[in-house]
Amino acid sequence: MTTETITPPPAAPNVAGAVETVSSHLHPTPSWSVDDHPVPTGREEVWRFTPVRTFRTLLTSGATGGRLEFDADLPERVTVSQVTAEQARELSVEPPVDRVAALAAANAEGATLIDIPAEVELVEPLLITLRGTGGTVFDHVILRVGNHAVATVAIRHEGSAQYANKTDLLIGDGAQVNLVSLQDWDNDAVHAGQVSLRIGRDAQVRTVQASMGGKAVRIVERAQYAGPGGSLEQFGLYFVDAGQHTEHRLFVDHNQPHTKSKVDYRGALQGQGAHSVWVGDVLIRKVAEGIETYEANKNLVLTDGCQADSVPNLEIETGEIVGAGHSSTTGRFDDEQLFYLKSRGIAEAEARRLVVHGFFVDIIRRIGVPAIEERMLQEVERELSAVTAGEDA
Amino acid sequence: MATLAISGLHVDVLTENGPIEILKGVDLTVDSGQVHAIMGPNGSGKSTLAYSIAGHPKYRITSGSVTLDGVELTGLTVDERARAGLFLAMQYPVEVPGVSVANFLRSAKTAIDGQAPKVRTWVKDVNAALEKLELDSSFSGRSVNEGFSGGEKKRHEIAQLELLDPKFAILDETDSGLDIDALKIVSEGINRYIAQKDRGLLLITHYTRILRYVHPDVVHVFVDGKVAETGGKELAEELEANGYERFTRRAA
Repeated sequence: MTTETITPPPAAPNVAGAVETVSSHLHPTPSWSVDDHPVPTGREEVWRFTPVRTFRTLLTSGATGGRLEFDADLPERVTVSQVTAEQARELSVEPPVDRVAALAAANAEGATLIDIPAEVELVEPLLITLRGTGGTVFDHVILRVGNHAVATVAIRHEGSAQYANKTDLLIGDGAQVNLVSLQDWDNDAVHAGQVSLRIGRDAQVRTVQASMGGKAVRIVERAQYAGPGGSLEQFGLYFVDAGQHTEHRLFVDHNQPHTKSKVDYRGALQGQGAHSVWVGDVLIRKVAEGIETYEANKNLVLTDGCQADSVPNLEIETGEIVGAGHSSTTGRFDDEQLFYLKSRGIAEAEARRLVVHGFFVDIIRRIGVPAIEERMLQEVERELSAVTAGEDA
Repeated sequence: MATLAISGLHVDVLTENGPIEILKGVDLTVDSGQVHAIMGPNGSGKSTLAYSIAGHPKYRITSGSVTLDGVELTGLTVDERARAGLFLAMQYPVEVPGVSVANFLRSAKTAIDGQAPKVRTWVKDVNAALEKLELDSSFSGRSVNEGFSGGEKKRHEIAQLELLDPKFAILDETDSGLDIDALKIVSEGINRYIAQKDRGLLLITHYTRILRYVHPDVVHVFVDGKVAETGGKELAEELEANGYERFTRRAA
């Protein structure tokens, strides 16, 4: 676990209005140019947990013209259109921060723009299915939610592909948005990308990132605020099986005062070579007075042979805040919880089932999309079959 | 009549620096229908007695025996001991996030009885048990012990005691940390349980306060890992007046 505090250079009066720069390995320089992002060797700080070779295609390939099948029932007033590469750059929250995202944007040659206009209130969740049919796909998706709109948007990734994406989520002032991304890939899929979120003034945003399939998944999630008063909750769930790599790298940039963030990611690992990575960076800039942030990562290691890397980072440039903290736990079952349940007559296997179920249900019930909640509960049951089989003491 | 019989019980606590003996030969017999109070200073091994009888993995029984109704408990798993009729109300009830009180109680009742409780009466029974301990019915939707106040945790333990209705119960400092109102509510629950006449109770406490509400038939003073003296109510009164000094001096 590391904590870093960065002291910005003193601001001279004539540069007081200039953009503050924070130099740290945690903050790569965003750029649309692929050449600005060399092919990683695996020794770089941000790549050191990643099996770079597995992602080789997504780090080196040129444009393929491949696409995921797009399927959605669009409610009234919600539109989907194609924009040019130039428009995509204009609209995006920020340029790519790594080579995968740079290639995704460059090779996609334009972007898909999903528009939910201002003040639209969606009664039903907007469910978008992106299905891979093999091959290599580079993709750029932009979701724009207008001021004071209310919506739940769920993107479900299925099938098989080598998939690199850049996703930009622009949330308007006062909007209330629930964004769910489900990685429910076939076992041979490889997925890496960057999701950048900009939260409008007083907007309330919840994101749920659920990763359960694929050979390797690496998602960089970045959030920033467009004005004060924005509130962000980020939940994550991941189930990592033998030989799988699942990586979530989060960065919350408190660049506006009186903003809130809460991060809670939970994972379960089982089987030889199951590897999860969670990196949670939070930056509290000097201007971000009165903010509140807490991030937590919990990993439940169900069998031998798994590895869970968990690294929270907190950089604080102002002490004038409501609160900031983080926690990270990785372990097997909590003996005290099991003892408590068993002391009431509940058998070992059933006690384990209750604990694992409880661990995930806490987050699943916040997804707000019944079809995805059901899919997640199904996955929890599948995990449990391994937990309860043959381990009764 | 049922009997909880503890004889020659020696127990080690397992620490990073190896095992340390805490219980040094405990002999104690509780017949159903009786309330035995175990009183002792901090560190005398009272809680170790409770947790080792229940089978907590941190403790190892090195010799001696504990039988309930003639069944040797020491060779059984934690859940088997509970199903044999033993209940432990814990000093620090454990939080189990995401598991609702309702789900927990139903799972426990099903395990103890060997069959699921009747749907029609069960919810009513749970609500009644909670209500008797002045716990709101919304309580059953909350995660087990998560965010409960100290008093709520203890009242929840006694609600379980009444719902699961075991043959024998060990209450480990259920009174500690309770204000006087909560202490009365909890004591009433304990008294309802023992009013059934065929249940046995081992009440572990540091203070004499609870004994004003729950009246023991037998009082044991516990010092340095074993019973130092056994008597009636008058022993508790003496402790109230003079404290543990007479006993700790002798042990030292």
